[in-house]
Amino acid sequence: MTVDSSAARKPRRSAAGKAGTTGSKTGTTGDTTGATGTKRTTRTAARKGAEPELVQLLTPEGKRVKNAEFDAYVAGITPEELRGLYRDMVLTRRFDAEATALQRQGELGLWASLLGQEAAQIGSGRATREDDYVFPTYREHGVAWCRGVDPTNLLGMFRGVNNGGWDPNSNNFHLYTIVIGSQTLHATGYAMGITKDGADSAVIAYFGDGASSQGDVAESFTFSAVYNAPVVFFCQNNQWAISEPTEKQSRVPLYQRAQGFGFPGVRVDGNDVLACLAVTKWALERARAGEGPTLVEAFTYRMGAHTTSDDPTRYRGDEERQAWEAKDPILRLRRYLEASNHADEGFFAELETESEALGKRVREAVRAMPDPDHYAIFENVYADGHALVDEERAQFAAYQASFADEGGR
Amino acid sequence: MAEKMAMAKAINESLRHALDADPKVLVMGEDVGKLGGVFRVTDGLQKDFGESRVIDTPLAESGIVGAAIGLALRGYRPVVEIQFDGFVFPAYDQIVTQLAKMHARSLGKVKMPVVVRIPYGGGIGAVEHHSESPEALFAHVAGLKIVSPSNASDAYWMMQQAIQSDDPVIYFEPKRRYWDKAEVDTEAIPAPLHKAQVVREGTDLTLAAYGPMVKLCQEVAAAAAEEGKSLEVLDLRSVSPLDFDAVQASVEKTRRLVVVHEAPVFFGSGGEIAARITERCFYHLEAPVLRVGGYHAPYPPARLEEEYLPDLDRVLDAVDRSLAY
Repeated sequence: MTVDSSAARKPRRSAAGKAGTTGSKTGTTGDTTGATGTKRTTRTAARKGAEPELVQLLTPEGKRVKNAEFDAYVAGITPEELRGLYRDMVLTRRFDAEATALQRQGELGLWASLLGQEAAQIGSGRATREDDYVFPTYREHGVAWCRGVDPTNLLGMFRGVNNGGWDPNSNNFHLYTIVIGSQTLHATGYAMGITKDGADSAVIAYFGDGASSQGDVAESFTFSAVYNAPVVFFCQNNQWAISEPTEKQSRVPLYQRAQGFGFPGVRVDGNDVLACLAVTKWALERARAGEGPTLVEAFTYRMGAHTTSDDPTRYRGDEERQAWEAKDPILRLRRYLEASNHADEGFFAELETESEALGKRVREAVRAMPDPDHYAIFENVYADGHALVDEERAQFAAYQASFADEGGR
Repeated sequence: MAEKMAMAKAINESLRHALDADPKVLVMGEDVGKLGGVFRVTDGLQKDFGESRVIDTPLAESGIVGAAIGLALRGYRPVVEIQFDGFVFPAYDQIVTQLAKMHARSLGKVKMPVVVRIPYGGGIGAVEHHSESPEALFAHVAGLKIVSPSNASDAYWMMQQAIQSDDPVIYFEPKRRYWDKAEVDTEAIPAPLHKAQVVREGTDLTLAAYGPMVKLCQEVAAAAAEEGKSLEVLDLRSVSPLDFDAVQASVEKTRRLVVVHEAPVFFGSGGEIAARITERCFYHLEAPVLRVGGYHAPYPPARLEEEYLPDLDRVLDAVDRSLAY
């Protein structure tokens, strides 16, 4: 549900520059009890009874439901495109599972699984245009897939051979950012640059429910609103920031944060790829049309651990996961594809084969990934060089050479 | 064309030239637009280059630097102003974690031509958080370059060079010297950005300083000359990289070194210089390298700052101690 559902239909640049005109109508908000500062017990009771509505186009059972505001954004979608979304999600999940396995085998030092968040990432990722720019956290493997970043490139930093390793400008997909929330400001600055260039590209910044507490995220909301920057803030609320539930981050549903900054916020079913696609397209179109930033809260669930180093059994129960399994993003699209005869057994079988081939390719690529040259420590510290780096590289070389001498005699 | 101007005006002229020469150069910060900055360093720039290029920002330092990083990713060359030294820390994370590391973590694919201007140092009777010298906190971070001009001419040229740099440069402006005038030749061939300069030749001892302390050291050298002591004054200009070759050359001649800065001595740049010069010049030194600077205490209230800051007598005292070895 939108904070300001009328914003979607506003004409280009309609009073968007004036503070308080967007997102100021609160008539359609869901439960706002939490914002009133009532006693905690009251609030909890109220929230349990009335979670805010979210935009949903596919039910967990795979039924297509109508949505007056957002249907238009997926109206022309073809069966082939639907199969494409399904393929993206399946392959992303397969890649993710392979990476988790590679960590268990000692080939990766760490892995941050996206299991359960495939729809949020594929839906939003497929909404972007080639000239748009994406600022990810460290878990956007599905978005990277949509942007055409080779999945094996994502693994370098988790194997420990580099701290990034792809050229952000070749796919307009920025490096993974580990310190949470920082990239929302980079996205905002980049979007300000787009406006200065007079281009109609847009930027999408990913972050999570935990990062929503960071000052940088609040500052990026302020800056993007003040400068009317073409940026979509895509918050995957996967319910858990390592061990802390969303209740530890906010007393209002996260999408409602946008209202105070003067731009619209929407909560979308993050396990519904179609809804994520539609809502993100809408938000990106607003950005392109000069209507400024949008906050999309994709309500989803982190099915796995925070990372391979985490042990979720210490802070959450199985029943919660089981409840979310019933809302699985891949299963619901499969049900829809099958019920509407958009995909046959051959498609699923072929995808299974492709999926296994991807797993094998990733496995082999990681195992073949060489350790970096020792001198990589000193590479690229500066663009224009630095006397101290040169001096220390030379000292390091001399030290290394002292071993070579011993070995040679 | 050579003209006598104050340091603040020289920086203003330098920014004006950069804005004029390269449409990708932006100036952004708190009050830099209509007001022209609290020290008027950006005076008139917004009027001439427009609000899109000289940008008044929300009062959020992390936001200013974070947005500048994004603008740099888009191909811009932002020059951001942090209004006062003590206000930089909300942006410290963006500077240290993001700005400094972006080039390395992108394996050289992404350049970060961002200049962070910080008016710094004391001596103007300011309130808390307006007189600090945090340069060592930045010099410790690989990926950043740290410079500080001591005079109007260097201020002009070093700003030109900082803007042209593809690396992030923290440009520390000695605010107590903003109104000091010097000849600025805008058609001269400038010295390299990260090279030190001997501003007074001497034979008995080297005084090394940068930014606001260079002028003091020149005064110290003049006073010492009256007592028959010949002091060499080295303007380091750049803290990272630091021109150790120049310090070494001077110390090999004078055999004695005193480093002067406003920042606290403990873990300050003087300590690093002392350690490296001891390594490089061990057999040349006639005395241990001495340091004169602030104390390990919060910058004091203005009525006490004269006791806290290095002054003529404190530096002369260190000179005497060094010469007594």
